[in-house]
Amino acid sequence: MWILGISAYYHDSAAALIQDGNIVSAAQEERFNRVKHYAGFPRQSIRFCLLEAGITLADVDSIVFYEKPLLRFERLLETYLAFAPRGWRSFLRAMPLWLKEKLFQKRLLLSELKRIAPDSELKSRLRFCEHHLSHAAAVFYSSPFDRSLILVMDGVGEWATTSVMLGDGRTIQPLKEIHFPHSLGLLYSAFTSYCGFRVNDGEYKLMGLAPYGEPRYVDLIKQQLIEIADDGSFRLDMHYFDYATGLQMTNSHFHQLFGREPRQANSEITQLDMDLAASIQQVCEEVVLKLAHALREEYQIDQLCLAGGVALNCVVNGKLLASSPSKPLWIQPAAGDAGGAIGCALAVYHLHHQQPRTVPDGDAMQGGYLGPAYSDAEILALLQTTPNIIFEPLNEQQLLQRASQALADGKVIGWFQGRMEFGPRALGARSILADARQPGMQSLINQKIKFRESFRPFAPAVLREEVSSYFALHVDSPYMLLVADLQSEQRISLSEDERSLCGFERLSVSRSTIPAVTHVDNSARIQTVNPTDNPLFYQLIKQFKQISGCGLVLNTSFNVKDEPIVCTPQDALACLAATELDEAFIGHYRVTKR
Amino acid sequence: MDFLCELWRFMRVRKKLWLLPIFIVFLLLGGLIIAVQGSALAPVLYTVF
Repeated sequence: MWILGISAYYHDSAAALIQDGNIVSAAQEERFNRVKHYAGFPRQSIRFCLLEAGITLADVDSIVFYEKPLLRFERLLETYLAFAPRGWRSFLRAMPLWLKEKLFQKRLLLSELKRIAPDSELKSRLRFCEHHLSHAAAVFYSSPFDRSLILVMDGVGEWATTSVMLGDGRTIQPLKEIHFPHSLGLLYSAFTSYCGFRVNDGEYKLMGLAPYGEPRYVDLIKQQLIEIADDGSFRLDMHYFDYATGLQMTNSHFHQLFGREPRQANSEITQLDMDLAASIQQVCEEVVLKLAHALREEYQIDQLCLAGGVALNCVVNGKLLASSPSKPLWIQPAAGDAGGAIGCALAVYHLHHQQPRTVPDGDAMQGGYLGPAYSDAEILALLQTTPNIIFEPLNEQQLLQRASQALADGKVIGWFQGRMEFGPRALGARSILADARQPGMQSLINQKIKFRESFRPFAPAVLREEVSSYFALHVDSPYMLLVADLQSEQRISLSEDERSLCGFERLSVSRSTIPAVTHVDNSARIQTVNPTDNPLFYQLIKQFKQISGCGLVLNTSFNVKDEPIVCTPQDALACLAATELDEAFIGHYRVTKR
Repeated sequence: MDFLCELWRFMRVRKKLWLLPIFIVFLLLGGLIIAVQGSALAPVLYTVF
């Protein structure tokens, strides 16, 4: 049985195809059309999924959309009514779009699908799944658990902003919900926006900024903005927020509370921004930890699955794991809306078609490598017609030897191998790699290759068996979703002067044996690499270790700031040409600029 | 017609029949927007929004 899942029309459109409950392929539309966070219909992603499986839309048993538009419209109307007459301006702006398009999403979907398969009967096969159920299904059905609590937290779906469900075998049962406008995701986004970053894009920048600040505003936030109960449930004071019916996230009361208007995107990041980032991060951690502990206590189930955008906050995830290290935790790598495409397809397979579930050994995400791959023949054809490059073919042994030696020589390389990752992280298929021991490497890559803010940290990809030598982490983290502290023996003791530095001054200090992947608070966002999910990447790090003695490399996504991660070899060559990357290994070819 | 049937089912299942008058007003307005597209009335209507 084939099922196609579609996530679209909000942000990060994606498609996923499953066969008999197994994920065959999944991809985000932004990778194909090169528009970051693309929200339109994922036409190219659907075409890729079908092509990869060698089927047409006529062969698909169910086509599933990841949320229910009428339910979302109901929420919109009731919210405007509840807040009336406030919000009339936003109401007048939103309604024409809803009346012309969004309310008739079923028709829109059918007409878009018709363009892919003009002769297919589609209507009877099109289904809709609730937003949080899509998230819950994406995480539970791909988890290694037969029975588990599921905690979904994001901005908002239809009504729910936080959902607790129980996954048991093939079933998922809703237990509790917190409804809009009380949303931890939107609270975090409000601070993201106030600190000058884009909502739905800059949240991870705010998370990266947090260690530069002091959590001075935690008490103020808890006194004025959010009331947190002992069980982690919460309620926001909407007096300070504009997002329910307005055109911005925060209002003048919020701005007065922190004594400033929102920071403009191109203006300097101040100590206030850093302190607010640290404060909201701490509040977020408190809510998630309280919720998780209370739920495990109440239902007497240790297994916990996390999904929704908040689950991409890997600092929170790391704290949650550290707070109860013996309790099993599984986080969906595509925890955001893109992952809803996988979830809605799995939900319809197990819940609507009532098909049995086989609990996967490990997990069902296949390392996240669910996107397109390109053959050496395709790559060669492109290389032969691309001007101003030099390329040489390599066998696998040579590929590993040349790439690991380049890393050991301090070069920054592009690594384009196999199927593209699904989800926001590059995990060794579309990655930029470097030696994490080089002190200037972080600022070099930020400024000359990624062209992004200098404060943003990079992640290490570490051999699974080496992880505990470097970090206070003893479990798998193949999807870069956990942050842990460096082991003390990897740290370098700082002088009095170095310790007294604050803000971005702390960036200049080399604080560990692997400074390029050590954040200013001595933490790192870890990817463990095992020989099963990505044997080539594992062998590369292994070979690098043989040369250098270091069992990890710096791993960041193969793209430049504000662009999606590369998808095709053409994208990789364009990135090579536009940056100061030293060389790229694309399939079995080493490519340099002429 | 399909849409109206779906809307009716939705309101019944959700026990939100009180939304019906609001939906009717919206659908009439939506219909008006589509009907006057390209006509001289369109700028007037869009000004309202």
